Amino acid sequence: MNWLHHLIILPILLPIITAAALIPVDERNRTLKGVIAFASTVVVFIISILLMRMASSSGEGETGASVYLLGNWPAPFGIVLVLDRLSALMLVLTGLLAMATQGFSMAKWHRAGYHFHSLFQLMLAGLNGAFLTGDLFNLFVFFEMMLAASYGLLLHGSGPMRVKAGLHYIAVNLAASSLFLIGVSLIYGATGTLNMADLAMRITTIGPESRMLMEAGAALLGIAFLVKAGMWPLGFWLPATYSAATPPVAAIFAILTKVGVYILLRLSMLLFGSDAGASLGFGQPVLLYGGLLTIGFGAIGVLASQAMGRLAGYCVLVSSGTLMAAIGLGNGAVIGGALFYLVSSTLTICAFFLLIELVERARDAGADVLAVTMEAYGDVDENEAEKEGGVAVPGTMAVLGLCFCACAILLSGLPPLSGFLAKFAMLHGLFNPGSFGDDAPVSGAEWAYTALLILSGLAAMIAMNRVGIRTFWTSIEGTIPRVFLIEITPVLLLLTACVFLSFQAGPVMRYMDATAKSLGEPQNYIGRVMSAPRAGPAAGE
Amino acid sequence: MELVLSAGIGVLTASGVWLLFRPRTYQVIIGLSLLSYAVNLFIFGMGRLRVNAPPVLEPGGAGGLLTHTDPIPQALVLTAIVIGFAMTALFLVVLLASRGFTGTDHVDGRE
Repeated sequence: MNWLHHLIILPILLPIITAAALIPVDERNRTLKGVIAFASTVVVFIISILLMRMASSSGEGETGASVYLLGNWPAPFGIVLVLDRLSALMLVLTGLLAMATQGFSMAKWHRAGYHFHSLFQLMLAGLNGAFLTGDLFNLFVFFEMMLAASYGLLLHGSGPMRVKAGLHYIAVNLAASSLFLIGVSLIYGATGTLNMADLAMRITTIGPESRMLMEAGAALLGIAFLVKAGMWPLGFWLPATYSAATPPVAAIFAILTKVGVYILLRLSMLLFGSDAGASLGFGQPVLLYGGLLTIGFGAIGVLASQAMGRLAGYCVLVSSGTLMAAIGLGNGAVIGGALFYLVSSTLTICAFFLLIELVERARDAGADVLAVTMEAYGDVDENEAEKEGGVAVPGTMAVLGLCFCACAILLSGLPPLSGFLAKFAMLHGLFNPGSFGDDAPVSGAEWAYTALLILSGLAAMIAMNRVGIRTFWTSIEGTIPRVFLIEITPVLLLLTACVFLSFQAGPVMRYMDATAKSLGEPQNYIGRVMSAPRAGPAAGE
Repeated sequence: MELVLSAGIGVLTASGVWLLFRPRTYQVIIGLSLLSYAVNLFIFGMGRLRVNAPPVLEPGGAGGLLTHTDPIPQALVLTAIVIGFAMTALFLVVLLASRGFTGTDHVDGRE
């Protein structure tokens, strides 16, 4: 127990403190607020990287799960935070997205309403908490914190379209939260514990009548996360919500669906993984076929969307459908590739949401349908923004066009960028579960998954081509948007991260495979949590 | 007591779900509130029903399953109530904003 160990709590604590500290600061000092919040985000990102090193280095070949006992109560009684490779990966991803979107918002969007940065920090705290917690009820609390902040962020900027989308989003999520609570309490009623590791141990021993209750609870819990992840019959709210939000908010929302995916992955591997006894593989068919349907629905939506915001919303659905089906396949070799896909697709979609706003700025004056919707959103004070935005970028159209091309390549999964590598890694795991050249029989569902993965890429490519041609080549007005350095840098940062993933695919993939391997061996995680040493008086807490 | 509690939860849930599917924002918010009451009672029930058993230990006294009831569901209910309150309040604000923008209380903003 050294001081590094206490870093685990900071990704939750620091954003909360920053959020609270920013509330009394006058709204006229937006730049000051933005700089403080941005500094906090950067510090959390650096801490996340340290935590990632900690998770991947402690003990060769071990899971390296570090456990933090809140209030120093021993594990099944107190609430624990657990840091392992998967949660560290999600923390780093969140940090990266947060830095990019927050930087972007400081050009003008944080002026569109009150307390943008406080809400943003609270959402980060909720996200980080949901990734770190090892307790189901604590997960609920962090989940609600994240959602509450996301309601505020969605309504940021106001306007009839956003309020209408917000109304639907809040109603859907409140209903889902009720299901979450019912699920948690059923699980508690059946097993007598809410600690995930303790739960995984007790699942093997509970009787048949309790097992039924427990599985019903897990199913309800799963539905709550599937609503969040946007599985096919539960995800109709998603494209409308994401396209109504202000661009930086839509971009950070790209990670919210991944929270649902993360928890589904965590719980299905921990509770219904290799040692689950009678509940082995519970819910996997639902995830698999639901995921396949989601990919199909998302791909059709991608083809059908006219506006770029909706197109990106459907890309989110395709991405989470791909991940859900990969979890549902229950094949350890696919999970490694799926994690790579998670990182790559989240970064891409985030960059795409930011890019859309920059590209569409040129079309503001144009007399097309988009202009009408833009007006309906209730606009930000453009004049003020143009004065204070900072340095404009030279060669705007070239830079935007290149970024758009990169997004198209990444979304459709074409070589040479990371979107292709991610899909390749998943399919490689699917066809060679043991090692290369190991030809196990491939089931019908796996063929369907392969086909949908490739067809959804084709759909994305067609749609992106169409939108790209319409935007960049057949622009009637020919107005060049004013884009500021502070706005294009985040997009470039995110796309550079994807390029980095492509060049460093070897080391990254080794990390992902080690993560998938440790998820496949939950005994290690359980052992670490249940035997976590309490800090003695000597530790000076 | 079991019958009353389960019937109460059932009626609250049924009315809540019915109202949730109605087209007026006010009906939706009442539906959500009823649903959250039902959920709170349900969580309470999951700690098993006991009469005249405190959830908290007395100073100096020994605790046990014979004399005490399970405190965790009660703590969970408290948290759930607080979060539910906050969410209802927020939803009310959005409801009013929507009414102000569209001039109607239909959930889609138009009749």
